[in-house]
This record gives sequence, structure tokens and C-alpha cells, in this order.
Amino acid sequence: MGKDVLLIEDEPNIIEAIRFILSRDGWSVYTHSDGQTAFDKVLQTRPDVIILDVMLPGKSGFDILRDIRADASTADLPVLMLTAKGQTKDRELATQIGVSQFMTKPFSNTDILASVRELAAS
Amino acid sequence: MIDFNLLVAICILYVAFLFLVAFIAERRANAGQVGWLRSPLVYTLSLSVYCTAWTFYGAVGYAARSGLEFVTIYLGPTLVLIGWWWALRKLVRIGKTQRITSIADLISSRYGKSNTLGVIVTLLAVVGTTPYIALQLQSVTLSFAVFARAGADGWPMPDLNATALWVAGGLAVFTVLFGTRNLDTNEQHHGVVTAIAVEAVVKLVALLGVGLFVVWGVAGGIDPMLSRISDSPLATAPFNGGRWVGLTFLSAAAIFTLPRMFQVLVVENADERHLATASWAFPLYLFLMSLFVVPIAVIGLSDMPAGANPDLFVLTIPLSLGKEGLATLAFLGGFSSATSMVIVASIALSTMVSNHIVMPLWLRLQGQGATVSGDVRKLVLRARRISIGAVLVLGYLYYRLTGGSAALASIGLISFAGVAQVLPALLGGLFWRGATRRGAAAGLLVGFAVWLYSLFLPSFGAGAVLSADLLANGPAGVSWLRPQALFGVTGMDPVVHAVFWSMVLNTFAFFAVSLGGFPGPMERLQGAQFVNVFEHSSAARGWAHGGAEAEDLMMMAQRILGPDEAQSLFLRAAQEQGKGGYLPETTPAFLERLERELAGSVGAATAHAMVGQIVGRSSVSVEDLMAVADETAQILETSVRLEAQSEELSRTARQLQEANEKLTELSVQKDAFLSQISHELRTPMTSIRAFSEILMDADALSGGERGKYSGIIHDEAIRLTRLLDDLLDLSVLERGQVTLDAQEGNLRELIDRALTATGATEGDDPLIIRRDRASENMQLVTDTDRLRQVFINLIANARKYCDAAQPVLRIDVRRQGDMIAVDFVDNGSGIPKKSQAIIFEKFSRLSDQSSAGGAGLGLAICREIMANLGGSISYLPGQGGAAFRVRIPLVYAKAA
Repeated sequence: MGKDVLLIEDEPNIIEAIRFILSRDGWSVYTHSDGQTAFDKVLQTRPDVIILDVMLPGKSGFDILRDIRADASTADLPVLMLTAKGQTKDRELATQIGVSQFMTKPFSNTDILASVRELAAS
Repeated sequence: MIDFNLLVAICILYVAFLFLVAFIAERRANAGQVGWLRSPLVYTLSLSVYCTAWTFYGAVGYAARSGLEFVTIYLGPTLVLIGWWWALRKLVRIGKTQRITSIADLISSRYGKSNTLGVIVTLLAVVGTTPYIALQLQSVTLSFAVFARAGADGWPMPDLNATALWVAGGLAVFTVLFGTRNLDTNEQHHGVVTAIAVEAVVKLVALLGVGLFVVWGVAGGIDPMLSRISDSPLATAPFNGGRWVGLTFLSAAAIFTLPRMFQVLVVENADERHLATASWAFPLYLFLMSLFVVPIAVIGLSDMPAGANPDLFVLTIPLSLGKEGLATLAFLGGFSSATSMVIVASIALSTMVSNHIVMPLWLRLQGQGATVSGDVRKLVLRARRISIGAVLVLGYLYYRLTGGSAALASIGLISFAGVAQVLPALLGGLFWRGATRRGAAAGLLVGFAVWLYSLFLPSFGAGAVLSADLLANGPAGVSWLRPQALFGVTGMDPVVHAVFWSMVLNTFAFFAVSLGGFPGPMERLQGAQFVNVFEHSSAARGWAHGGAEAEDLMMMAQRILGPDEAQSLFLRAAQEQGKGGYLPETTPAFLERLERELAGSVGAATAHAMVGQIVGRSSVSVEDLMAVADETAQILETSVRLEAQSEELSRTARQLQEANEKLTELSVQKDAFLSQISHELRTPMTSIRAFSEILMDADALSGGERGKYSGIIHDEAIRLTRLLDDLLDLSVLERGQVTLDAQEGNLRELIDRALTATGATEGDDPLIIRRDRASENMQLVTDTDRLRQVFINLIANARKYCDAAQPVLRIDVRRQGDMIAVDFVDNGSGIPKKSQAIIFEKFSRLSDQSSAGGAGLGLAICREIMANLGGSISYLPGQGGAAFRVRIPLVYAKAA
């Protein structure tokens, strides 16, 4: 594969797990933990897929997604959103802003891998 | 044969006798011995001024011409008196409570004391009554003439005009002497009324005497009389239904509106209960008066020479049969009828003229009318006397002008129809509060005009005032304006026609204009007192005296302002005037002030009227004002109560809204809480699931990786457990279901153990602890484990969040009464002011530094623990860093 994934997530153990799962499949995994500077990181790394957590310090995942969709150069980037809150209204909000896929924690390793592959292929 | 001189002598003797009666009655009344003067009998007999010379002589003539129709003239009053409870009682009550002096005064008073209305009614009464007075003069002179003609050798026919003048002059003297002897506040004339009652008896005896003579002396008994009646033209007289209804209505209206009837019925009424007697006694009197009318008419028509005036049968029948004594009695009866009517009518008219025309004019000529003093009484009396003279002169002039030609009865009906125009305004004012001054004026003027045009002016005959052409074809040929066929209605009797149109248009104008406007404050005040007179007043009412003004004002003010406010107002005013007590002098300044105070409650106009009326002592009595004040107070009270209710309702609505907001907020909080819980649980779960899956299917993992990932799973499981413990702990604490284990402990040891538990005692710890161990040496009784849990939490927070390069935590202990205060102060940047309020809430981590691991429940648990221990925990601002103060009671009391 050899594609790039940007993981925006603040929980160290979850970063560790996702990095392991995707690296083993051949992805290059970049990580970022701060909401405030996350969009700069996106512009800087230009990944093929973004995995975005909702609860982030400094700025919420929804706001970051809005920034991504508002910028012409990143508007078409596939974004997989992760949330631990699991409420339907969060899912609705994400869909409305233009998320590509939405996943509730905890997730199965094969599911997240399949999702990332699918997003990268489309 | 009775010669002229004898007849004159009899007249003079009779009048002298009346003088004597009136004089004695007046003397007795002045001495306070009213007794029989005020009996229901005298009252009933005085009502007989209704029966004038017209009814005495004219009824027989009427019967001779139109059969039984004359009965309508008695039917109307009979109906009204039988139904006295409905209207007359109210009229009399109002007359007494309002001190009404005449019908003009009543109308004026009812419609806000409007003098314009008073003038209109007065003019109407003068125009309507003058012909009637002329009629009385005519009847007296005619009766003289009858005696002159009867003498075969005969005394020369006297000059009729001169006779009329003498009669008018004599009546004027009598009326002035007894009608204006004094200015009684309630306009009662005992002497006159008594004389009228005596005349009533004479009338009745005279007519009954002639009647009995005719039936038994001429006809020869009842049976032959009845057969002669059925043979006479009277039996076949045509019956005109329209005239019957119209005339009955007219005579009923006359009872209310004739000035002389109003005078005896209302003004001279001494006791309301007399009405009850009069309600049957007066109809009985009328019945007796009319009993022999038909027999006299029948005998007159058959026995008298053709062409004899039927109006004078009462005199001519006895004279022709040589019964001179009886004829003289009949003459006296007619004389009584005429004089009593003229006397009462001229008193009533003079009262109106002087009160509504002369006095207002004089006051205006004087400039400022308010300054008049005791001279007014003399002036009023003089005005009355002149008015009486003027009324009689008018009557005499009218008599001279019309030449005594018209038939007696027709003048009577025209007069009735004229004064009946007051009826709509009168009854409307009695029963309808919406009636207005403008409405009354409009009705009166319209009715008056229609009456003048369609009845009064045409009565002078074609070509006299209205031209024959106008009568036949209408003004300028407009046929629907023909005076006796208005709006094209032809074929009606002229009198019925005029009564119909004048009353219909009058009533219509009255209601239309009243409904189109709104009564002024004075009209409303008066209207309420008239329409609700029975609620506002009791029957016996003394005339209010002006002496206790201040007290009256205070009573009224209390009812409007409430006792406390009114009393303090009066007390202040009295003190300012240097007086003791609650009653100040009623100076203009004080009155102005009071009026302003009252205006706040009832409006300026009403306040002005109320104060003005108490101070001015005019004809509204204090009690009436009280009644209005009570009404006002009730309305105020009701509106205050309504206001209070609506305030309460809006308060309840506000509370409901608040409760609803709180519920919504709670619901939002609950959602947020569940969302937080979910997040806090799912996050460690995510790591555990991901790494266990990695461990399960990865053979390629190195031993180091395997160990590391197992460690993560272990740590996250512990984190999960701790979170669940905290949640359960918090839930138990919040519900107050925690079981506390109170035991004695030393504060210094507690802090030592807390520091040890957080690892602060290890040598390489970056957090420096500053404490004064000596001050910490205090014994206390509490749940020491729980208290230590709080301390550990605060120390751990300082370790986690203090952002100073060299973090220092200072622990200060001091005693405050039976409480101990323990402060934990670090040297970090502290907590921003806006966040200080929320740090004790659940999940209120200020920054999501997950690496530090807390779920945001620590301080919430601390707060619950301290509340359970009877103490508190709070943030201490302004200490240079984050600072928390824990307060613990020295001895834990379970009840606290």
C-alpha cells in the first residue's frame, strides 16, 4: 500500500494501538495530539486518510473537520471519525459536516483497518 | 234669586274660610304640631288638584259629547297609583333624598345638575300650564255668567273680563300669602295643602250632591235613571279605541309630569307610606267624582233647552229647577276646583321660574355668585312672589287672547300632551343609568317642537298662527309635513296623532343621543343615586347639617383612601394648622390637598364633585356620597384583589417556567453526564480491546512488545475500576446514604498519612511541602478515613496541576471557633475566576490532560464528603496560586 494516515488522537494508549495495527498493514502513521494545531498538521502532512477523535484538548474534532471541509485543498480528504461518546446526535452532526466514516470506540481492529483501506481506495 | 253681590259675598266668605284653615294649619305646623296635617288622608285629598274645573264641569260636557270616553281621564291616574310600587315610590324617595323642589329640579338634578335642562323643563311647564290656568279663570267667569243669565229679572251681566281679572288677582294674593310665607328647605306648604284638602272635600260633596239630586230628584230613582241612560244618545256614542289608549296614556303621564301633580305628589309628601294609602284612596276619590257624570249629562241633554252648554250642566240643572242652594254648592265646588289648581300650579311654576331662571340670572348679574350671603333668602321669596304674579298675568292674558272660545276639554288635553314630553327623560332617568344630559335635552326639545307644531299651534284654529294652507297642504306644499298628518299618516285623531308622534320622536331622540354619548362624572354620580335610590338611602332621612364638615370629609376619605391613610392625612393637616386631634379646619388649602388625595383613587372630576358637595352643602346628602364612596371602595377592592390574583398567577407561571427551565437544564446535565460516563468508560475499553486483539492474533510479537501491551491492558483495567469506584462512591455520598465511622484522631497524623499516601514524603519528590507541624496538633472526632481521602485528593491535584517550575504546597491549619480550617495553597497559576464556580462539579476537568488520568470526579467527591462530615470545602481566591480551604467541625455530630 504505502500510503499515509494522519491520526489525530490524545489518548496515548489508543495512539499506540492504532499505530501498531496500521503499521503492520503497511501504512505510514503520523500522529498528532493537540486540537488547536491539528489542521496545520493536516496541511503539512497531506495524508491520504485522516483518523480524527472528537474529544481533543484545545479544539473539538467537529471544528477540525469543518476546517478541513472548508479548505479547497483538503475538502475531498477521506476522514474517519472516532468517538467514545456514542450518541446519535454526534453521528448526525458529523454526517452533516461531511464526515466520510464514523466509528464508535471501542472498535474491532479488523473494522478500523477495513475502513481505512476502503477510504484510501475510494 | 241669588244676586251678584250675594254670590261675591259667598265667594269672599269661602275664601276667608280657606284663609282661616290655611292659617291655622300653618300655625300648628310652625308649633311642631303637625299631627293630622301629615295624615295619609290629607295627602290623598291634596292629590285631588288633579280634578280641576275642567273635570268638575268639563267631564259632564265631555260625556255629553263623546259618551264614556271621559273615563280615560280618570283611568290613567288610577292605573299609575295602583302600580305605585313600581315608579311613584321611587319618585317620592328620590324627591325626599335629593330634596327635589320641582319637576324641573328633578330633571336638572338627575342629569348632573344641568341648569339648561331645568330651563327647558320650566319653559315647557309654563307654556303647557298657562292655557290651563286661563281655562280655570274661564270656568269661574262662566259660572258667574250662568247665575247672571238665570235671573229672570236678572242682575246685569257682569264684565267677564273684569271678573277674570278679579279672580286672578285674588288667587295671586292667596298664593303669595300661603305659598311664599317662608322659604322652607323642603318646599312644604302645610297651610296650602290643608286648604286644598278642604277644597277637595267641597268639590266631592258638591258633585255628589248634584248627582244625587239628578238621580232621585229628577229621574226618580236608579231604575228610571238607567232606562233614561240607555235611551240617551250617550249609549250609542261611537267608541274610538285609539283615542281610549292615547288618552289613558296621556292622563297617566300627566300624574308624573304635571307641575302641580308633582308638587303635591312628591314635594309636599310628608311620608312615603302615605303613598300606600293614596294608591287605593285616590282611585276611590276619582271613582266617586265620576260616578254621577253620566246621569247629569243624560238629564242635561234631555231636559235642558237645546244649545245649552253641556260644560255647565252641573250648574244649570239645579238652577233651572229652582234649587238655588244646591246650585250655589255646585258653584263653590267648581270654584274650589279652579282655585286649588291655580294655587298649586302657580306655586309649582313660581318655584321653577325662580330657581331655574331668575336666580341663575341674578347670580350671573352679581358676578361672583359664590360670595352671596344671607340676603339670598329674601331675594328668592321676592322672585317667587313676582313669579306667581307673572304666571297669573300670563294666564289672564291667554284667557283674554283666546276669548274663552275653545271647548274646555280640548285645552286640557293639549296641556296634558305638552307636559307629557318630560316623561321619557323622567322615567329614563329613574331606571336607566346610561341616560345622558344631551339625550334628555334632545328628547325634550324634539317632543316640545313636535307638540307645538302638530297640536298647540293648530289648536288656535286655521289662519290664527298657522295658515289654513299650511294646515291643509303642509309647509311649502310638502305634504308629509302637514301638522296634523305627519309622515303621511292621515285619519288619526289630532290629539292622538300629536301624542303619538311627539312621544315616539321624543323617546327616539332621548335614547339615540344618550347611547351616542357618555354621561359625565356628575351625571354618573347623580344617575347612580337616582336609579339605585333604594340601595343608597333609608326612608327616613334628616336634613344634613353642615356643622360637622371635617368629620364628614374624613368619613368619606376613609372609605376611599382606607382608614390609616385618611387618618394620617387629617392628623398631619390638623397638626400643621396647630390643632390637636384629627379634624383640621376645612381651609381651601386643605380641601385642595384632600381633593388631590381622593383624585388618586376616584379620578379628579369625581373627587372635585364629592368634596364640593360636602363642603357646599348642596342637595346631595352626605349619606348619599357615602354610598357612592362605598361603591367606589368596593370597586377598588375588587380591582386590587384581581390585581393580586393576576400577580399571583404570573408568579406561579414564572415559578413553573423556572421549574421547567430547571428540568430542561437537569435533562441537559443528565445527557452530558451520561455522555461523559460513556467517554470515560469507552476510552480505557478501547485500549483494552485493541491490545487484546493484537495479542490474540499476533504470533510475530516480540517478548518485549507482548509484555508492554499486557501492561497497558492491566493499567487500563485498573483505571476503569477506579472510575467505577469513584462513580459509586459519589452516588452514595450524593444520596447521603454513606455510613460514616466517627472516631477520634489527631490532625497532624492525618496529614502525615495523606502525604505518605501521595508519595510526597519520598526524597526525590518534586513537590515541596511547607507546613507548621505545631499548629496541626489538634484532636478531632470525625470519619478520619474520609477526611484523609479529601486531603489526598487535594495534594494529588497540586502535584498534577501546579505549573510552577518549582512546585510548593503550603498547608495552613487554624482553629475557627469549634471548626478547624485547613488551607492547601500551591504556587501555581491558580484557577481562572470564571472556572472557580464549576470546579466542584462532576467531570469538570479544566484541561483534558488525559495523561494525568483523572476523570474529573475528585473535587466533586471531596465536596460531598465534606458536606457529609458537617464541614465544607471551598476555593480561596487571591492566594497567589490554587488554594482550597477545608473546614471540619472539631467534633462530628451525626445530626449535622
